Amino acid sequence: MVRMDTVINGTRFDREVEPNVLLFDFLRDEVGLTGTNRSCDVQVCGSCTVLVDGLPVSSCTFLACEADGSVVETIEGIRDSDFYKRAESAFVSHAAVQCGFCTPGFVMTLKAIVQDGGGADEAQLRRSLSGNLCRCTGYRSILDAAAEIVGEQ
Amino acid sequence: MTSTTRIEREPSVRAVGSSFPRVDAVAKINGSADYVGDLEFAGMLHGKVLRSDIGHGRIREIDTETAERMPGVVAVLTGKDLRDIDPYFGHAIRDRPIVAIDAVRFVGEPVAAVAAETEAQAEAALLAITVEYTDLPIVANLDAALASNAALIHEGPIRPGFAHGLGSLPERDGNVCYRYGFDRGDIDDAASQADIVVEEDYEFPAVYQYSMETHAVIAHHDGGEINMWANCQHPFLVRAEIAALFGFPVDRVRIVVPFLGGGFGSKSYTKMEPIAVALSRKAGRAVRIVNRVDESMVTTRRHNMKCRMRTMATSEGKLLGRKVELWLDTGAYADNGPRVTATAADAAAGPYRWPSVDVQAHCVYTNTGPAGSYRAFGATHLQWIGESQIDEVARQANIDRLEFRRRNLLRPGEEVRPGGRPLDADLIGDVEKAAAAIGWGRERIANRGLGFSVGLLAAGAHPVSTAAVRMDADGGVIVLVGSTEMGQGTRTVMAQIAAEVLGIDPAGVTVHGTDTRFTPYDRSTGASRSTTVAGRAVELAAREVLDALLETAASFFGGVDRDELEASNGQIWYRDESAGYADLVAERFGFVGGELRGHGEVKPHDGGGSYAEGPVFWEVCIAGAEIEVDRDTGIVRVLQTSSVADVGRAINPQLIERQDEGGALQGIGNALFEEMIHTEDGVLLNDTLLDYRIPITEDLPEKMTCIIVENEDGPGPFGAKGCGEGVLAALPAAIVNALADAGVPMTELPLTPERVWRQIQEIEQKELERRP
Repeated sequence: MVRMDTVINGTRFDREVEPNVLLFDFLRDEVGLTGTNRSCDVQVCGSCTVLVDGLPVSSCTFLACEADGSVVETIEGIRDSDFYKRAESAFVSHAAVQCGFCTPGFVMTLKAIVQDGGGADEAQLRRSLSGNLCRCTGYRSILDAAAEIVGEQ
Repeated sequence: MTSTTRIEREPSVRAVGSSFPRVDAVAKINGSADYVGDLEFAGMLHGKVLRSDIGHGRIREIDTETAERMPGVVAVLTGKDLRDIDPYFGHAIRDRPIVAIDAVRFVGEPVAAVAAETEAQAEAALLAITVEYTDLPIVANLDAALASNAALIHEGPIRPGFAHGLGSLPERDGNVCYRYGFDRGDIDDAASQADIVVEEDYEFPAVYQYSMETHAVIAHHDGGEINMWANCQHPFLVRAEIAALFGFPVDRVRIVVPFLGGGFGSKSYTKMEPIAVALSRKAGRAVRIVNRVDESMVTTRRHNMKCRMRTMATSEGKLLGRKVELWLDTGAYADNGPRVTATAADAAAGPYRWPSVDVQAHCVYTNTGPAGSYRAFGATHLQWIGESQIDEVARQANIDRLEFRRRNLLRPGEEVRPGGRPLDADLIGDVEKAAAAIGWGRERIANRGLGFSVGLLAAGAHPVSTAAVRMDADGGVIVLVGSTEMGQGTRTVMAQIAAEVLGIDPAGVTVHGTDTRFTPYDRSTGASRSTTVAGRAVELAAREVLDALLETAASFFGGVDRDELEASNGQIWYRDESAGYADLVAERFGFVGGELRGHGEVKPHDGGGSYAEGPVFWEVCIAGAEIEVDRDTGIVRVLQTSSVADVGRAINPQLIERQDEGGALQGIGNALFEEMIHTEDGVLLNDTLLDYRIPITEDLPEKMTCIIVENEDGPGPFGAKGCGEGVLAALPAAIVNALADAGVPMTELPLTPERVWRQIQEIEQKELERRP
């Protein structure tokens, strides 16, 4: 067992965890957060994106114990933020959500882009969102929503 | 209780025809929407499946003793546990055991399953199970399976499944499990008259649907009832199959369907439900199985195919005949292979007037993962082949490819296939729009090509749907309908349909997922049928509620004629007076409470015979594309696309555009790079997203044009008909035709840089040889 002292969505978790527990499974099984979804398991699809110290990571390939000393944010933790409200409004108006399995991951990546001061330029957005996969929408509506969210900051 | 002021008679927005925001959007954006993997029940166990690591073999022995004693393990399931039931399922052919009985037929086939307190404990126990096999010869591709001395993957007589809808199934012939064909006219006569003959062999790859969410099911068999929470597209068919398998009456089997994280056909029919139920039966507790991606990739896939096609025409471009032979690889079990085969054969001729046509299709077992439905199946397989031959005929006849379609495409009312529904769409008008959108007729640009394609997909599946609409005492409305919300937006569309009939805002309508205990029967969610067929049932059910409101209002306004009443903006209007729905419900029951309830049903013999003769409607498959090819690397880029959603009436235009955009990107993936690669031993080499690539943001074309055509000619509510699949059949064909227009005709998909580069080298070599 290894020590994990981590703030998750504003709550401190000071625990001993098995060293092979993934952050994704810790969030689900120990904290009960199910808004983050698992798909590819190999750090390609971005459905499991959460922020660790503000940076987007694939929680499916990130050990829980690696988050020791860090601040973790998931979709549940940002619901009351101004950023989230803007994101929700843009995703709704562009109908940029279909099955919704990938959507929280996109929102978390966009939060990092906004924090980073990334531009709303289409080419930049395509590149910075290329680690989030969506099989339903064909991306057009997501990129349009993203341009609105990033452009409004 | 009447009001003559303040309430406007006309609503600000009509329910049907407006891009009403998705009713499920917020829950999905903020992560609160529940998928099967998010659900937990007290005492629930976690199931994991041990899968075969060989492609074909006889099971000598399975040793589970050590695994059974491992920490947290409650039950280990093997074929021996199923001796008291007939453990084979399959809606088309009943060929698939719940868990391997005596043999394994593909790498990844379930051999045993463990239920344990945690997923990690179940996974650890899998490693402690040992299986001894006697190897059998592996036939992991079409050539091997069709060879004259090929090992047989299945023996014994064919057992028809309960829901194949294909008449009497032919006897199995070697590894060919199903055949379908038709011919009309004299194909030899066509051959003797033809000036132009285009004939090629083609190959289409196995493709994975890749819904982001894998297959997942929670099952609880408690001895008296079976309860399931499953991400299935066809809960009512799965319910029937589970009931038959485990010897239960249908009403003792219940399936609840939460949101699906995508389907695209991968979650149609029965998949992981039987093994989850069997494991729960043994464990005596609820069990949850959530596949990992590599497991779902051997649960279902799209059929790979070989095809030989010959198109014959006169030098003036008159079509004389088409001969097609095709072989679809359905893997080790039939799944939906027979239906896919029949649909592929139906799509082979294309929507043209043929004096003669001969199509023979074969569905073939191989030692690979089972293949089933994937969006626009059959049409996607054949349209790129048929339309590339039409383009080539036009080229040889020296006729503009669009003009060639104008002369030869079927017109509304003409026969598509003998005895079936005649053509119900304006194909020429549609294809002209798709071609115009990509700049048809403009000057040629080096290394760029323009292409389009036209096809039809038999849509609607079997038109059996029922639905209920309930209006509560406060005027709120609940729609109970069995369509599965898998991303397409069916809950939103159903709310709009009910709202339109009742003259209310769609925001006042609630649509939940299916719970077979309460939700009326709906055959399935697929074949673009929900809006058209289930939507029609919702419309009829809402009309019954409206009838009750009008009946009560007529007496409420003093016995007036019902024809003088109108429902609008949440009120029943009589001249300038109106009554709210809550007031009318109270009036009807004379006390607090009560509810109005309507029932709607759609049956094959409704709809003026067209439902009965099938298909419910012809889904139009039309798209255009402009591509650019790099002749040094073989890289093909899709610069722009167009697609036509010929929907009769757009219930929600924005959702239609989203369907076409999503389908277009899947079409780009299918055309350019998606391909499952199996070794000769039947091992799937690229079973992760690291090696199996699906489209990403950077694959998006610069421009995508979705053209919505509304001719109000559909059999669904308000003249609607389904959409969302056509573009996936049409766009790969448009891309292939655009690449041929740029000088690189291809006969094998996907159009990987290597394949395209080799073809360019071959063409250049031939040109060099031709020079003096």
